[in-house]
Amino acid sequence: MKAEIRKLVVQVDETRREMGQVVDPPTRRAVAIAVIANPCAHRFVADLAVLMDIGEELGGYLGERCIAALGIRPGEAESYGKAAIVGEEGEIEHAAAILHPKLGAPLRLAVEKGAALVPSAKKMGTLGTAIDVPLGHKDAAFVRSHFDAIEARVSDAPRAGEIVVAVAVTDSGRPLPRVGGLMSNEIKGVDGLR
Amino acid sequence: MIELRRVFTQVETIFHEFGPPPAKPQVKGAIAAVLTNPFAGRYVSDIAPWMEELKPLGLTLANRLVDAIGLGPQLIEGYGKGAIVGAAGELEHGALWHVPGGYAMREVLEAAGNPTNAIVPSCKKVGAPSAMLDVPVTHINASYVRSHFDTVEVVVPGAPARDEIVLLLVMTTGERIHARVGGLKKEDVLGKDGLR
Repeated sequence: MKAEIRKLVVQVDETRREMGQVVDPPTRRAVAIAVIANPCAHRFVADLAVLMDIGEELGGYLGERCIAALGIRPGEAESYGKAAIVGEEGEIEHAAAILHPKLGAPLRLAVEKGAALVPSAKKMGTLGTAIDVPLGHKDAAFVRSHFDAIEARVSDAPRAGEIVVAVAVTDSGRPLPRVGGLMSNEIKGVDGLR
Repeated sequence: MIELRRVFTQVETIFHEFGPPPAKPQVKGAIAAVLTNPFAGRYVSDIAPWMEELKPLGLTLANRLVDAIGLGPQLIEGYGKGAIVGAAGELEHGALWHVPGGYAMREVLEAAGNPTNAIVPSCKKVGAPSAMLDVPVTHINASYVRSHFDTVEVVVPGAPARDEIVLLLVMTTGERIHARVGGLKKEDVLGKDGLR
């Protein structure tokens, strides 16, 4: 692999009851997190192509791990998101290089389709820094029931020369959605918005 | 009464930690059940019967954790357990997990021929939503195996609410990456008293 991965953390959060109400079927959100060496740390690097290639690799790798952890077929994925935390010897642009140019295409292969943009977050951080990975419906960004977030956090990362890269995939929206808006059974899924 | 609100699983695969990559990665898994605390908000004297009710949940969680780690029960070498009680409960409620949590892991591992003579290390506290717990880990058959002393940090975002309790199980596949501080080795375990 291009990415030098120190560790991989995969989490699944399954909600069965919310405010005393049974959630049936339970909502399930997965996040797969890779802790990688930052090849551009400690100095200014003008050309960030190496990080873009790592992003491409991790989009598929982490997306597939979420699908496996949820135990679903790729087409059953409903929402997704991505995020990165850069250790203190890197720069915020390194997160942008991983997340934005190339990560999305292989992630969309992993979840089948994915007409909507992949919502994202990024920050600088240190060991144990948490990031809230934003979630949106994968085929229609306006589906209101699927606006959500899942927290990603690795206790011993990122070290100064590392980057934490997280990809989140769900098979559901929020547990008890009731604020109206576009419903997932109403979408066209063509323009990525509705 | 068992009112299960959430199940949170986490599997961490460690490929290297300084130095050369080890021959096989270490895998550390945790599973957390978020339950309604039936004793929250008042003092209940007789709480012990809840242990019996928690036994099926313990087995479910132990089996799900083995499945999430995905390498089979024979490859599990370390374990630990813990509880976080929401603010309207008392620490003693967390102690109810000792028997059903510990014996569930032992039952699942022993059924696969993996001996578990060692006590299951544990910790517990009363905490706010998203409280962090460092769950201690030791070798499943001999507590003194030094390479297996370890910790798995667990945060269940948003839990426990004040009337909830988080019950945790942890299993790992083996020694710390690049363990090299001596002591009892797993190859030298006698496996009789749970200590050596």
